[in-house]
Amino acid sequence: MTGLVSIKGLTRVFDVSKPWLNRMIERLPKRMLTAVSDVSFDIPAKTTYALVGESGSGKSTIGKMVVGLLRPTEGNVEIDGIDLVTETDPAIIDRIRTDIQMIFQDPFASLNPRWRVRDIITEPVSARGGNIDGLAEKLLVQVGLAEEDAGKYPHQFSGGQRQRLCVARALASEPKLIVCDEPTSALDVSVQAQVLNLMSDLKEDHGLTYLFISHDLTVVRHMADTIGVLYLGRLVEEASPTSLFNEPAHPYTAMLIDAAPRLDAFGREVEPPEGEIPDPTDPPSGCAFHPRCPLATDICKAERPKLTPHGAGRVACHHAGQVRLKGAA
Amino acid sequence: MSDLPDAARQGPKPTGRLEEAEVVAPSRWKTIWDADISYSFRQSPVAMGAAFVTLVMVLAAVFAPLVATTNPFDPSSLNLMNGFSAPGVPNAFTGETFFLGTDDQGRDVWSTILYGLRISLFVGAMAVAFAMILGITLGLLAGYLGGWTETIIMRVADVQLTFPSILVALLIFGVARGVIPIEYRDQMAIWVLIIAIGLSDWVQFARVVRGATLVEKNKEYVQAARLIGRKPGAIMLRHILPNVLSPVLVIATISLALAIIAEATLSFLGVGAPPTQPSLGTLIRIGQDFLFSGEWWILFFPACTLLALALSVNLLGDWLRDALNPRLR
Amino acid sequence: MTTPVLELKNLTVDIPTRFGTLRPVDDVSWSIDAGEILGVVGESGAGKSMTGNAVIGLLDSPAHISGGQVLLEGERIDRLKLSDMRRIRGKRIGMVFQDPLTSLNPLLTIGEQLSETILRHLDVSNAEADARAIRGLDEVGIPSAKNRMGAYPHEFSGGMRQRVVIALALCAEPTLLIADEPTTALDVSVQAQITALLKRLCRERGMAAMLVTHDMGVIAETADRVAVMYAGRLAEIGPVSQIVGQPRHPYTDGLMASTPAASAGQARLRQIPGAMPRLGKLPDGCAFHPRCPFVQDKCRHDPGPKVGIADDRAACWFPLDAQEDVA
Ligand SMILES: Nc1ncnc2c1ncn2[C@@H]1O[C@H](COP(=O)(O)OP(=O)(O)OP(=O)(O)O)[C@@H](O)[C@H]1O
Ligand SMILES: Nc1ncnc2c1ncn2[C@@H]1O[C@H](COP(=O)(O)OP(=O)(O)OP(=O)(O)O)[C@@H](O)[C@H]1O
Ligand SMILES: [Mg+2]
Ligand SMILES: [Mg+2]
Repeated sequence: MTGLVSIKGLTRVFDVSKPWLNRMIERLPKRMLTAVSDVSFDIPAKTTYALVGESGSGKSTIGKMVVGLLRPTEGNVEIDGIDLVTETDPAIIDRIRTDIQMIFQDPFASLNPRWRVRDIITEPVSARGGNIDGLAEKLLVQVGLAEEDAGKYPHQFSGGQRQRLCVARALASEPKLIVCDEPTSALDVSVQAQVLNLMSDLKEDHGLTYLFISHDLTVVRHMADTIGVLYLGRLVEEASPTSLFNEPAHPYTAMLIDAAPRLDAFGREVEPPEGEIPDPTDPPSGCAFHPRCPLATDICKAERPKLTPHGAGRVACHHAGQVRLKGAA
Repeated sequence: MSDLPDAARQGPKPTGRLEEAEVVAPSRWKTIWDADISYSFRQSPVAMGAAFVTLVMVLAAVFAPLVATTNPFDPSSLNLMNGFSAPGVPNAFTGETFFLGTDDQGRDVWSTILYGLRISLFVGAMAVAFAMILGITLGLLAGYLGGWTETIIMRVADVQLTFPSILVALLIFGVARGVIPIEYRDQMAIWVLIIAIGLSDWVQFARVVRGATLVEKNKEYVQAARLIGRKPGAIMLRHILPNVLSPVLVIATISLALAIIAEATLSFLGVGAPPTQPSLGTLIRIGQDFLFSGEWWILFFPACTLLALALSVNLLGDWLRDALNPRLR
Repeated sequence: MTTPVLELKNLTVDIPTRFGTLRPVDDVSWSIDAGEILGVVGESGAGKSMTGNAVIGLLDSPAHISGGQVLLEGERIDRLKLSDMRRIRGKRIGMVFQDPLTSLNPLLTIGEQLSETILRHLDVSNAEADARAIRGLDEVGIPSAKNRMGAYPHEFSGGMRQRVVIALALCAEPTLLIADEPTTALDVSVQAQITALLKRLCRERGMAAMLVTHDMGVIAETADRVAVMYAGRLAEIGPVSQIVGQPRHPYTDGLMASTPAASAGQARLRQIPGAMPRLGKLPDGCAFHPRCPFVQDKCRHDPGPKVGIADDRAACWFPLDAQEDVA
């Protein structure tokens, strides 16, 4: 079954070389950074697919390629079977564009401070010359704000309320897919709960599909139907929340779960994980995780494991399934 | 944590109003009065004084025909016999009294200052407006489009910046003189002046706008607009422009003072406003011929006016820069 | 009874503005003993950083301490001259902030910054200072510390930089460490490393620490006692097991319950409605009452009872455990 979104072999390389002149003088080679490498997954309609990973693992880059803000270096993103990069019919492009929306991390930077709320949240419709009578008021009520708020400016709202405004804007064009890039990372837990609940409710009411990007495992566990774990731009494991958290198949997933602070574990004494994410411009040979991996053997240094089916999910590890959680009670 | 009522455990659905959203909308006048900028204005005697002087001068210039005792450019109203009347002293031949005195041709200095102020302010304001439009446009294009557009625009700006602006103005003025036929020269002089000063002044607008655009274009509200398929022109005009205007305002005020002085300098050098439409600079040039023969007032009063105008506009600009700079508050 | 390392008595901070005086820290009292980590939690704007800055005398004007006392090992430090305060900062109180880059001088090598700090505060020779600097780096887990002394801050990763900042804060062997969101900008794996490091150092050196964060998980795993702040006031203080397991203030309860981890397996998260009021617009009575599910008339008029120093109580008229007793 292919889903609403189908991603195949997605790769993105950034040129992070110094300026041309410096390179000539200092005789440096070009430096390429592979932010996303050969990532493939499907998102069935009306489900939530979550991407987790540490900083720099390529989560946002994938999100931007899915919505069409960035061009893939290789591979493609198909939404409803249509690839925005190669599609030439403007009518189809326009239709797909209305089907995709995005919610960003920073609730302060994602609303134009000089615009009124009404103009901000109806822009996806008004930009196409659609009818916006009463639309702002309807959307505001849907996200739990008041109709009168339409005339205000963003600075009159708190962080959580701004994020609701972002949700309202995302809903305006009645999209099918919403890409959420760390939508609650900048919010306090109590406000995060409000926004996450709102997003769950709207998913039910509008039949939405989410690509949910986060570094917070507890949030992802709560929201996702399927979780993809990224390490250094590659998908290392994909599974449902239950199986991922109970029996992680990849040692990196296990490390993340162990390292995440837990509410029910005061005074927990576990050895913290070793090492840090390596330099993405010069990734380790073989499996990129091998320098930090407790299970690493010679084959891990030499050969990169392929993402292969494992149980109901997929995993890229030579020693898949041998991991144990440290904190497991 | 055990005995909670069910409602508290589940939390209300986030629809309906949040208490915190209740911000009473104050009247427009109250909003303006309470704004940080008007508060800081009220706290600064220098700014208020400068604004008062500027306002008086602008009003005097606009209503010059009403405030002036004579029209100094109407030959029929001139009486050569009135020449060289000292301020406040009755003329030896006609018995008329001029409280700022008269010049060699019997023109009332007070009236010539008013009309000169008109020309100076007009040229200054138009030159700044021209520089602003040019600078903002080029700055937006360079900042938003990047690449070759940016390289070319900013290199041209760099080159121009290495010449003193008065030299640039002189150069443009010289070229214009060569191109425009002699019979139109006096008519066109003012416009040539405006373009010369404007062209020598756009660089700082372009630089500031480009810098601010580079910051704004990476903010998420711009990405949200790109996402829904807004064209670059619309994004630049409707989204970015309103957010880069406050530094432009500061520069515009300070440039106005500089443009007025530049105009006076050009006119003083004899390449600016023609004697038939004298600006403050022209008056100063005429006046200095008589300084050493004892008729000091012909130079003194126009010079004082120019000084007061340039100084108060500059002080206003300084205050505005500090008031808009959040780091100084 | 031994004197606590840090004791706040009714600490109050005021910010005069043209719309009236704001009170970001209102009558806060607590103490931290040697070897103890006090976690300070609360929503953004609750006054956590303000409290920490008040202790080390780093309030930005016009904010100032307008009442109460700060006692470091029994000695008042809130009235000290700037020069005396400078001597205490770094020597007796170490500080770690959220952004490691701002705490390090980009133009000096790690070694220079460490030795300089040691020389300023301790009476030792240059060679001894260098040796101590290397030991300090070793202690915070920087591999081959000796070779890294000549490195500049930008040559380190974020997690390594935060370790250097901790080494810098600890090099003069302070008795109190104030850590303001030391792991917020870091990844979970690095965060786990840093919190483990903090715990170990406090235990080994008998150092007291005030750990400001808004991550309940970090608090649960790291702190011995927890202070919960709301709108500048102390809502509740107590041992970590109590705060996390059996909170008595409805706000603490809501805060703990709204973490996704706490409602694992449930379709909806429990949420606290609304948001924390702005400082200028605090409601009458208990500041939390408009959001409180158990609000009663008394809460609307009378500010909550104050939390004592030694005892662990909640600033609430109807704390949750009392209700259970009634039931
Ligand atoms: N425009 C760009 N130019 C160069 N490098 C980039 C660019 N955008 C991203 N990168 C690099 O690509 C890698 C992945 O970045 P990305 O923003 O996707 O990470 P992320 O998983 O979203 O991390 P975070 O949790 O910090 O948001 C990083 O190493 C980043 O430095
Ligand atoms: N100069 C100032 N003028 C007015 N209010 C201020 C000023 N500085 C801080 N505040 C207010 O003081 C309160 C306390 O701020 P503080 O930085 O201590 O919060 P915090 O609990 O550390 O929050 P965060 O989690 O966001 O760091 C905030 O409500 C803030 O808005
Ligand atoms: Mg990201
Ligand atoms: Mg803070």
